[in-house]
Amino acid sequence: MSAAGPVLALRGVRKAFGDRVVVRDVTFDIEPGQCFGLLGPNGAGKTTTLRLALGLSAPDSGAIRVLGHAIPADARAARHRIGVVPQFDNLDPDFTVAENLLVFGRYFGLTDRVIRERTPDLLAFAGLEGREAAPIASLSGGMKRRLTLARALVNDPDLIVLDEPTTGLDPQARHLIWERLRNLRSAGKTIILTTHFMEEAERLCSHLGVMDAGQFVAMGTPRELIRQTIEPHVIEVHGEGAIEWARAEGARFVSRLEVSGETAFCYVPSPEPIVAALAARPGLAYLHRPANLEDVFIKLTGRELRD
Amino acid sequence: MKSDLRAPRFSGRFVHVWRRNALVWRKMMWPSLLANLGDPLIYLIGLGYGLGMLVPDVGGIPYITFLAGGSIAFSTMNSATFEAFYSAFSRMHVQKTWDAILYAPLDLDDIIAGEAVFAATKATVAGAAILLVATLLGVVHSPLAAAILLVLPLVGLCFAALGLVITAVARSYDFFSYYFTLVVTPMAMMSGVFFPLDQLPAAVRAVAACLPLSHAVAITRGLVTGNVPDGWGWSIVVLLVYTVAGFYAAVVLLRRRLAN
Repeated sequence: MSAAGPVLALRGVRKAFGDRVVVRDVTFDIEPGQCFGLLGPNGAGKTTTLRLALGLSAPDSGAIRVLGHAIPADARAARHRIGVVPQFDNLDPDFTVAENLLVFGRYFGLTDRVIRERTPDLLAFAGLEGREAAPIASLSGGMKRRLTLARALVNDPDLIVLDEPTTGLDPQARHLIWERLRNLRSAGKTIILTTHFMEEAERLCSHLGVMDAGQFVAMGTPRELIRQTIEPHVIEVHGEGAIEWARAEGARFVSRLEVSGETAFCYVPSPEPIVAALAARPGLAYLHRPANLEDVFIKLTGRELRD
Repeated sequence: MKSDLRAPRFSGRFVHVWRRNALVWRKMMWPSLLANLGDPLIYLIGLGYGLGMLVPDVGGIPYITFLAGGSIAFSTMNSATFEAFYSAFSRMHVQKTWDAILYAPLDLDDIIAGEAVFAATKATVAGAAILLVATLLGVVHSPLAAAILLVLPLVGLCFAALGLVITAVARSYDFFSYYFTLVVTPMAMMSGVFFPLDQLPAAVRAVAACLPLSHAVAITRGLVTGNVPDGWGWSIVVLLVYTVAGFYAAVVLLRRRLAN
């Protein structure tokens, strides 16, 4: 099945911790070569879904297959061909950069010779050349993240699982990680990642699934999600009396209006009529932009804060 | 959660957990060996000769020899316990080393086995160091004492397994103080490490007969003095039972803990 079928398949998977159902009857496939983005607010069940797929947690019901192996029964065999980048770095602080790769490679049964041969390429990939002997504590947050990515590749995996790979990174570090993930896709790897950054999802992912309260509320390519879920243009209006204006006058042009704080988000099929109306109101400031994934995300999961 | 109770399943890759810990240990090998050799040297000489001047022979054995026989088992227990407590807890809870290992084709069962065997290895080194010191001090008279080296891995494994049970339920480092105060210290007093049990009340001796440390001490002291102790086979069985039961309990409790 691993050659032809999906790399990852969940069927009616459910997981509860006590009374709290965290994943409810989730079904989805990831095909070879896809980069699948798992989106959703905090507590939506993304990380638990990944843990279930890795066999680190057992589902209460449903079936999981990863790389042709039944999970969790055969998880050890599946993880042989998986690389994992966790949400929080857990590099081994007792070791140097190179030792981290050596020790981690050994867990996969690789010989020291094979790992040492791979190490220069892995460090180059992570932009950590010359840092072989550096202790982990001396690395910056971005370097740790890159080393964690390199560590996940030590077994040359077919599937790479990343949980919020760029959270907490500066833009330079984030772009480097994106670049590397694109390289991995070009090399034919299948990727599944969770993220809060819609820009990240839009740039990297071939397919997206939006989760909320333990289930998928939308699934498709980024373009499909935007086209199917939302109007193509957004006019953000703010300034003195913006909300009142949007409700009284703007509403005539708008197919959907959302208010958040002092700003009115006007979702429109075409921008010209509302922009013309706004031209007559110099006291109001506005921003016209194409609708993006963030709008999709907010529409699907609401504007309230999640914890 | 019935599945937590299933029997442990190991893969040979638990060896790599042992190797990981051994690589860390190698970096601190000299201070660690110095502690292993220096501490027993100091207290065998101090207590053995100091107290030995007050205490005549214990059942025909010089006190320092009596003490050496008990200390080998006691230090092996302490070394295994410390490793299974503080070091394993650091790797599991603080450094999240176990989480990372679980991304590889190892299960929790493998990690626990690797930790237990490593703690037993360190404990064997600690016990062997005392045997070496005692031999150099000239208080060991029988070549039979070399057989202790075969017993120490089991003693280490037994207390590593018991230690991991406590680690499985520990919330912080402070938690381990309870175990030392409530279990280790009383057990040391009741297992004949520092003084013979003969003069203790029958009830205490009955409890002592159930303690793993008293069985470990019985074997090591017997061999140090050149005797194969009566009932050594039974002592081995008791240690094995504690090892298997402790290991299984640790596996079940750690499965529950790490399933969050």
